[in-house]
Amino acid sequence: MDTHSPDGNFAARARTSALTSGRGLALAVASLPEALLCYTLCLVSIALVPVVGIGLFTTPWAVRWLRSFADRRRALAAKWCGIRIPSAYRPLPADGRPWALTYALLRDPATWRDLRWLLVDATAGFATALLPALLPLYALEGFALAAGMWRIYVGTTGEAYWYAFVPVSGQLPALSAGVLGVVFLLLGVRWAPALLAVHFRLTRALLAPGQEELAERVRVLTETRRDAVDSSAAELRRIERDLHDGAQARLVAMGMDLGVVEMLLDKDPAQARRLLAQARQSSADALTELRDLVRGIHPPVLAERGLGDAVRALALRLPVATEVGVELAGRAEAPVESAAYFAVSELLTNAVKHADADRVWVDLHHSDGMLRISVTDNGRGGAAVGAGSGLSGVERRLGTFDGVLAVSSPAGGPTMVTMEIPCALS
Amino acid sequence: MRVVLAEDLFLLRDGLVRLLEAYGFEIAAAVESGPELTRALAEQQPDVAVVDVRLPPTHTDEGLQCALRARRERPGLPVLVLSQHVEQLYARELLADGSGGVGYLLKDRVFDAEQFVDAVRRVAGGGTAMDPQVIQQLLARRASHDRPLDRLTPREREVLELMAQGRTNAAIAGRLVVTERAIAKHTANIFAKLGLEVSDDDNRRVLAVLAYLDRNL
Repeated sequence: MDTHSPDGNFAARARTSALTSGRGLALAVASLPEALLCYTLCLVSIALVPVVGIGLFTTPWAVRWLRSFADRRRALAAKWCGIRIPSAYRPLPADGRPWALTYALLRDPATWRDLRWLLVDATAGFATALLPALLPLYALEGFALAAGMWRIYVGTTGEAYWYAFVPVSGQLPALSAGVLGVVFLLLGVRWAPALLAVHFRLTRALLAPGQEELAERVRVLTETRRDAVDSSAAELRRIERDLHDGAQARLVAMGMDLGVVEMLLDKDPAQARRLLAQARQSSADALTELRDLVRGIHPPVLAERGLGDAVRALALRLPVATEVGVELAGRAEAPVESAAYFAVSELLTNAVKHADADRVWVDLHHSDGMLRISVTDNGRGGAAVGAGSGLSGVERRLGTFDGVLAVSSPAGGPTMVTMEIPCALS
Repeated sequence: MRVVLAEDLFLLRDGLVRLLEAYGFEIAAAVESGPELTRALAEQQPDVAVVDVRLPPTHTDEGLQCALRARRERPGLPVLVLSQHVEQLYARELLADGSGGVGYLLKDRVFDAEQFVDAVRRVAGGGTAMDPQVIQQLLARRASHDRPLDRLTPREREVLELMAQGRTNAAIAGRLVVTERAIAKHTANIFAKLGLEVSDDDNRRVLAVLAYLDRNL
C-alpha cells in the first residue's frame, strides 16, 4: 500500500474503489438471477429438442438470450476494466428454419462454452463480483462493533461475536475489530478495481474462444489461401496458353505475311495485296482475342465503372430479361470487386444455361460492413453446391475473402443464391 | 471540318492525327487527358470530337464522361467515342438524349480508314455510327425472344444491321450491291414488321431502330 501518496490521490482512489464496489455489487445482484434463469431455460429447451420437438422453437430463443447476456458482459468488461473478450459465434443460417437454426446453434462450441460459463458465473463469478463491495461493507461492520454494537449481540446471546478471526466479547476486542475494519477498508480501496478485474478475467477465461477454434480458423485460412494460390496459378497458366496460341501466333503469322509482301511488292502486286489483306485480318483477329482475354482477366467496364455498372453491363449481354438493383455508396477493393463480379457472372451463366430461366433478378447492396448479393432466377431449380455446377468454385473463390454463399434451389425452381462478403466501401 | 481529338496513347493519337489530316480534316486540338478535353471542347467549338473512353487522370471512363458532359452543355455536339471494348451500357448512355450526332466504335475500326472517316463525317453531320459489335450484341440478345424480329427475312436482317450501325440507304445499297430502290423496299418492310413509324429522315430512322433494339426484353 502506498501510504506516502498525497491526500488528493487517495481521495481519487477511494472514489474509484467506491464506484468499483458499487458496480461489482450491482453486477453480482443483477446477474445472478438472470444467469440461473437463463441456464435453466437453455437446459430445458435443449432437453426438449429430442423429447417433443418443442425445443426446436424455444432453443434458438433461449440461446439468443444467452448470447445477449454474454455479449452484455463482454461490453461491461471492456467498459469497466478494459478487458476485451473476443466472441466467436459461427454465422447462423439465413433461411431461419427452426430445425436448421437449432442444429447450427447446438453444433457451435460457443453455445456450450457459454453454458459452462453461466454455471461458473452464478458461483465463482458471483463471489468475485461481490468481493469489491464486501470488503468495505465488512469494514463498516468492524466500525459498528467498535462503536458498541458488540454489546447488543453479546447481551442477547451471551456469546462472543466472531469478526474475522477476533472473538468480540468486550470493548477491547471490539476496538481491535475496528482496527481490523480499517485494514479491510484500506485493502478494499487499494484492491477493489483489481478484484473486479479478477471477475472479468475469470469471465474471459471461460468465454473467449479456445485453442481448437483458433486451430479451426487457421485450418480454414490455410485452405482458402491454398485455393487462392492454386486458382491464380491456374489462371496465369490459362492466360499464358491463350496468349501463346492466340495473339502471339497471329502476330508471328502477320510478320511472315508482311515479309512476303515486301518480297512480292514489285514482282506480284496482286498477290502482295492479297497477303496485306490477310495480315490486316490477322491483326483484327489478334485484337479480338486479346479483348476476350482481357475481359476474362479483369473486365474493362469493372475497372472503369465499378461493380454496379459492370453487373448492369453483364446483364445487358444476357439473352434473358434481367433486373439489376444496385445500392452501393462507393467502390469495394479491386480484388473483392473482381471476385464478386466473376461470382455474379458464373451465377448468371448458370441461370441461363442450366436452369433455363427466362427472368433473372440481381440485387447488390452494402450494409453493416457486408457486401450482399443475391441472384434469383425463375428456372427449373435443383442447383446445389458441389454438384459440379460451378457453385463450389464460386464458394471457394469467395472463401478467400471470408465470403459465404447460400443456395436455395428446390426442384422446379426458383433458384436463389445469396452471397455475403465482408468488406468496406470507399 | 475541325476535329478535337482525345487519346492518351501517343502512337494512336499520332496515327489518328495523320489519318484525319490525310482525309482533309483540320485538327483543332489533340489532347491526352480528360480536363484538357473539356477545355479544348469549350475553347475550340469543333465540328466533331473523337474521344477515347479511357483517359487520364483517372484512367476510368473519363473520356466518355467528358463527352456526355459536353453534350449536356451543348446538345447535339457531335461526338465519336472510341474504345478497346464496346459495352451496350455505354452506347445506351450516348444515345439517351435522342439527339443523334453520336458514334461509338471499337478502335480496330480505324484499320479501315475509308469506313472510319465515313463514320466521322456521318457523326459530324448529326448522324449515328454504332459499332457492328454493339448491334450484333443487341440482336443476339433479342434472338428467339422477339417475334417481330424473327419474322424478318435474312436479307432484311442484314439491312437492319447496317441501318442500325447508322448507314444511309445509299451506303447500304453500295455495300450489299443492290439498288437504292431495293433497299428502300426492304426498309419499308422492316419498319412495317417491327411496327415502327416510317420516317424519311435517315437519322430519325436509325434512332428509332436503335431504340427498338434496346427495348426491354
